[in-house]
Amino acid sequence: MTIKKDKVVELEAAVIRFAGDSGDGMQLTGSLFSDSTAFAGNDFATFPDFPSEIRAPQGTVSGVSGFQIHFGHKSIHTTGDLADVLVAMNPASLKANLIWAKRDAIIIVDIDAFTEKNLEKAGWESNPLEDNMLIGHLVIQAPVSNMTREAVRELDLDNKSALKSKNMFALGIIFYLFNRDYTKTYSFFETKFKKNPVIIEANKKVLEAGFNYAETLEAFTNTFRIEKASLRKGHYRNVTGNLATAWGLLAASERSGRNIYLGSYPITPATDILQELAKHKQFTCITQQAEDEIAGVVSTIGGSFAGALAITTTSGPGLSLKSEAIGLAVITELPMVIVDVQRGGPSTGLPTKSEQSDLMQALYGRNGEAPVIVMAATSASDAFYSAYEAAKLAMEHMTPVILLTDGSIGNGSEVFKIPKVADLPEIIPPIVKANDPDYKPYKRDPDKLSRQWAIPGTAGLRHRLGGLEKEDISGNVSQDPLNHEKMTYLRQEKVDRVANFIPTLKVEGDEKGGLLVVGWGSTHGVLITAVEELRAEGKSVSLAHFKHIMPLPRNVNEVFSNYDKIIVCEINMGQFANYLRMTHPEFKYEQYNKVQGLPFMVSELKTKLDTFLND
Amino acid sequence: MTKIMEQKIEPQQLVLTKQDFESDQMVKWCPGCGDHAILKSVENVFPLVGEQMGYKKEEFVVVSGIGCSSRFPYYMNTYGIHGIHGRAAALAMGIKLTNPKLSVWLISGDGDSMAIGGNHFIHIARRNPDVNYLMFNNKIYGLTKGQYSPTTPKGQKTKTSPQGSFEPPFNPGELVIGARGKFFARTIDTNLKLMQEVFLAAALHHGTSIVEILQNCVIFNNKIHALITGKDTKEDNQILLEAGQPMLFGKNKEKGLVLEGTSLKVVKLGENGITEADILVHDPTTEDAGIHMMLASMAPPELPAALGVIRAVKSETLEDAVWNSVEHEKEVSPYKTVDDLLNSGNTWKVE
Repeated sequence: MTIKKDKVVELEAAVIRFAGDSGDGMQLTGSLFSDSTAFAGNDFATFPDFPSEIRAPQGTVSGVSGFQIHFGHKSIHTTGDLADVLVAMNPASLKANLIWAKRDAIIIVDIDAFTEKNLEKAGWESNPLEDNMLIGHLVIQAPVSNMTREAVRELDLDNKSALKSKNMFALGIIFYLFNRDYTKTYSFFETKFKKNPVIIEANKKVLEAGFNYAETLEAFTNTFRIEKASLRKGHYRNVTGNLATAWGLLAASERSGRNIYLGSYPITPATDILQELAKHKQFTCITQQAEDEIAGVVSTIGGSFAGALAITTTSGPGLSLKSEAIGLAVITELPMVIVDVQRGGPSTGLPTKSEQSDLMQALYGRNGEAPVIVMAATSASDAFYSAYEAAKLAMEHMTPVILLTDGSIGNGSEVFKIPKVADLPEIIPPIVKANDPDYKPYKRDPDKLSRQWAIPGTAGLRHRLGGLEKEDISGNVSQDPLNHEKMTYLRQEKVDRVANFIPTLKVEGDEKGGLLVVGWGSTHGVLITAVEELRAEGKSVSLAHFKHIMPLPRNVNEVFSNYDKIIVCEINMGQFANYLRMTHPEFKYEQYNKVQGLPFMVSELKTKLDTFLND
Repeated sequence: MTKIMEQKIEPQQLVLTKQDFESDQMVKWCPGCGDHAILKSVENVFPLVGEQMGYKKEEFVVVSGIGCSSRFPYYMNTYGIHGIHGRAAALAMGIKLTNPKLSVWLISGDGDSMAIGGNHFIHIARRNPDVNYLMFNNKIYGLTKGQYSPTTPKGQKTKTSPQGSFEPPFNPGELVIGARGKFFARTIDTNLKLMQEVFLAAALHHGTSIVEILQNCVIFNNKIHALITGKDTKEDNQILLEAGQPMLFGKNKEKGLVLEGTSLKVVKLGENGITEADILVHDPTTEDAGIHMMLASMAPPELPAALGVIRAVKSETLEDAVWNSVEHEKEVSPYKTVDDLLNSGNTWKVE
């Protein structure tokens, strides 16, 4: 960001990072700025970065909570590599986030929080505001705490309550810097603090004070404006991936006429989906917070048997606990959606950080030959469509579907063009009519190989399902060796044939030649940004991004054979690359992997891809 | 609140018979196994349940976990699902919550319910969905061929306790009541009449009804309940509890239970001036579980084992609470369709 004097500078895009103590309200500050950004008509994506402790010791680096927003005039596919503006509410947040700021970033700090004690808690050996540490940055040392107290003095709040709104002072400064109308945020205070008019007033006053402070300070030689993005006509909103997942499932329920039964156990970062669906009983969406992950998934199988759109939501460790039960859904051939919002592992790992390392678990983490459909949402807004499709495939093909999302898209947010439910593809579950004389529990659809759904309570269709191997067609318990082999292959082929019902793989870039970048799931935004930027530099780089993993799209061979080199980029040690080596061994796959609990950065990807191109 | 219950109690025209529920599959339990008698009793009770509660034959669902007992669904002609080890309670809950109009029966054993499924057992008791839970207690692992279970008496030698079990056992009734369960009954596999009465009472109770069936494993733990069920010993070692009746037992009903201090005590009528008026009268409906807990805990030789319905307390079921909330939310929610929801809150239009 180059700063010119005395004017409003037009930017294509900008990245702001809000950082403070976990109790400082940085997530709220970020989301209010997001709302304002939506109102300003920009495209944007956001990413929260918070510790797994709810309130780690105040003032320490481990207690720092951050929120990053990338917004712009063009399409925004990522949450941004490095920040143009960093707000640091205390020394610890500066310490933790300085590496995420550009060399010439504007840094706004609460100077009142830079006490000797806080500097020491944060582990600064000297005061970074006084040594040469921040050379190159424009540093705004705002007395945020004092001015917040000053702004609400006439409201007679105690010191603690007064300082609660200091995040709004920082937001006011940022609103000034980006030429935003701060009064638009008032309605939020009025709703949120409806029962406490004094707090409404305090927040308004502090926000305004922050804005006015920035205006009168004259420290900023210019302010910024980002033109409206050229989004397609329509209605828009902001969604996180978890919200979009929940809503996609609700849409699938409405479209299929099947009530939702969701059995889940709270687990970071998946809990938001359970919480969201629990709000929507009006759609006959039954949610049960189970006593553990296993009861969650097993009650879901009960719900499926009884005719519900059956869903369980979890994260990696929970998926491990659900393994045996998913096998039961495989052998009973009951539809179920298992959402795994992946996080860093193994074991408890990094609960609040993102990773793509549950792929092999989703594909193979069960006893026996137990194939399921595996899909991965490619962005926060795609989570809506992926969840919808997962529900459609589960019910129409009578099989469990594991939908992989992850912390970065589950908690990350972006702009979402609101669809009409009626425009989504039809969902027609294979429900058997009462007294159908031809019904047999394991008789299959000739195309899909799916069996039918005979729902308890329906006359003339009584039958037994269970975890013991079943005889083909009749569904009676069978230990016959050849029958077991036949059923094993049928279960696999049923899943394989789903390839005929999903879209083919599309390449973004050249149809032929050069480097093919391969990714899956949540990395789409950052991969396409890197690929587009390299293409703009005249390089022959294309992207093949996967949403369907088991089965893979039917044209993978055809696509891969068109390129000279293939590199698979993923946030793990190479699980998808190895899966491709197994399923499509005729190609050579290079890998680029990162396992830091963080998304790829566009810059590092470009460097890597460029090097590989020139090898 | 009773909406769902009322719907169920419409009288039914069609008369169901035992044959309606008999399966064409070969029953593969060992000859002499107590399970055969339990199966027969359940087949006898379902037509009565249908008749008295208005369930059609396709509205019965039999659910199980893993173990000998859990093969049960395959031997009944109903909708059925044979689940995984210990998890039948979760299956049953999902089914009942999805469709409260079904009569859900859960078949489990002491290993399935007390060990691997212990967590689900206490939580179904606490949540109180209307599920009829029949737990076959033979105090041994049968299907895996003779290992001790959480109900095996301390000191008993089994394949995995060759020196005698080191562990004190659970008493299932105490667990049910400890988990704030509302219905607990006990019966024995050799008494068909009592089984049918208790199963029917379980069905008629609106809520989770847990029935412990003292079941004999003829192969791995034969005669484990002999003291309670044996011809010569049963009169002195079992007491059949009936609501509103004094707690009398013995060959000529000459013995009874009284409360002495905070414990139950056996007394003889006519001795020390004891008359029938001194004997405790059974009331399974009291919310206070104190006496129920004592009754569930009784074991020979000191006290007779209690049979019949020990506790049956009315309480809102899980599915009634959930579905009443669904009905309420349908009335008050501003979102009538998913489109309403998608367009709610902060949205903006691009022209």
